[in-house]
Amino acid sequence: MSFYEKMHGIGNGMVDYQFNCHRPGFMSADYNLNSTSAMEPTKRTTQPSVTGTSVIGCKYLGGVIIAADTLGSYGSMARFREISRVMKVNETTVMAAAGDYADYQHLKGRLERMMISEQVMDDGFELPPQAVHSYLTRLMYQRRSKFNPLWNTLTVAGFKNGAPFLGSIDKIGIAYEAPTVASGFGAYLSQPLLRRAQEEDPQKFTYEKARKTIEKCLQVLYYRDARSYNRYEIAIIDANGVRIEKPKACDTNWEIAKMVKGFE
Amino acid sequence: MSSIGTGYDLSAAQFSPDGRVFQVEYALKAVENSSTAVGIKCKDGIVLAVEKLISSKLHEKDSNQRICNIDSHIGMAVAGLLTDAREVVDIARSEAANYRAQYSAPVPLKYLVERVASYVHAYTLYAAVRPFGASVLLASFVDDKPELYMVDPSGVALGYNGCAIGKARQGAKTEIEKLKLGELTCEEALKEAAKVIYVVHDEVKDKSFQLQMSWVGTNSKGRHQRVPEELVESAEAYAKQSMEESDSDDE
Repeated sequence: MSFYEKMHGIGNGMVDYQFNCHRPGFMSADYNLNSTSAMEPTKRTTQPSVTGTSVIGCKYLGGVIIAADTLGSYGSMARFREISRVMKVNETTVMAAAGDYADYQHLKGRLERMMISEQVMDDGFELPPQAVHSYLTRLMYQRRSKFNPLWNTLTVAGFKNGAPFLGSIDKIGIAYEAPTVASGFGAYLSQPLLRRAQEEDPQKFTYEKARKTIEKCLQVLYYRDARSYNRYEIAIIDANGVRIEKPKACDTNWEIAKMVKGFE
Repeated sequence: MSSIGTGYDLSAAQFSPDGRVFQVEYALKAVENSSTAVGIKCKDGIVLAVEKLISSKLHEKDSNQRICNIDSHIGMAVAGLLTDAREVVDIARSEAANYRAQYSAPVPLKYLVERVASYVHAYTLYAAVRPFGASVLLASFVDDKPELYMVDPSGVALGYNGCAIGKARQGAKTEIEKLKLGELTCEEALKEAAKVIYVVHDEVKDKSFQLQMSWVGTNSKGRHQRVPEELVESAEAYAKQSMEESDSDDE
């Protein structure tokens, strides 16, 4: 029974709060966070169901690029092969999600409604990427604090006042901004590649260089991440606004497969 | 004017012996005290125009907008007590947002109009509250179909091809009836709407005014937005010119 039920003397047990509140163990029996008692279903996230894998992103001179593949995995099954994990938030911001797809859809709806209610004010103000990042951070942290997280790693990218923005938010509310971000497998496989390319000559890290590096990373991820897919979406945000391109595929070379013993 | 509803006009919960609800009629009078707003349905969209009276030179030019966005595809122009109108705008926005949250689709105007009209009507039923002293025009352009509705303080909602609310609505209606609504494009209607506002504007009683215009249609890709400055200016120029021509005709 909940505190409310005990306090008001209702429900199955009908234990009066006023007479029993000092009994030892009176309230502690409620705090069974992980039990699934016969009474109630679990009302908090325990595990993700349909998931998206890595999202990678990097800043360049004059903008930001982020990319994610279009796969929704159901465990190890490549179930939904044409889903979009990248959304345009407003004219200056894009958000992409790794992790549970249903939680991403919930966030997508929430952000879209928020943007409409902002826009309807008709005062020319639009939430900058920093504000979107901050809002999502607070949301994710609040959910984790209730032990009911949105099971995602979010990437927020944007361009405002001449400066590119790139940030990441975890399901436990860990949030930061960085010149390159990558979630999931990308953090292990792509992050080093992106960092190396960017740090080589930050003043000359142009769009073309950034794009090539991102595409290379996507290719590496397709080769090495067992839950990835060869169809990806790229979003480019610069002074001209947001551009989410149509899904593409990487060129892949499987010649070495012949050399792998037992492959055929 | 003096003893119109003696005794039967104290609350909206009372009928008069001849079957009228005086509070609602008084609310309609409140709308008539405000300046005019017109809506014109064209082939490819809707144009809303408001004669915003400037009561003080110190007012900031674009403050106190009388045309509001309800959702990205729906616009609302108001007349009457502006604070009452504010509440109607907020309700409409709330309904549109709830519909979107539930059905993941933009609210159809007809549905929204029913919800707003029912809300406004609810305030005409009880003694504890008074009716809204505001009429609103609602416009949208979805699937190439322009739709224009008017909700008045009694909660009546009707669809229109052309509509006017506010003090000069009779005059404005006459002017609008002269137009061939089925053949106008939005760009032509901008000029005509500006002309209607200029024609019905009372130079003697009201001093300066600002013309506010918005549209929703193919020109704005189905989004409701304020008409760009240059188009407003050219519409006003046309309006002023036609006024001069008709003045010189009179001479």
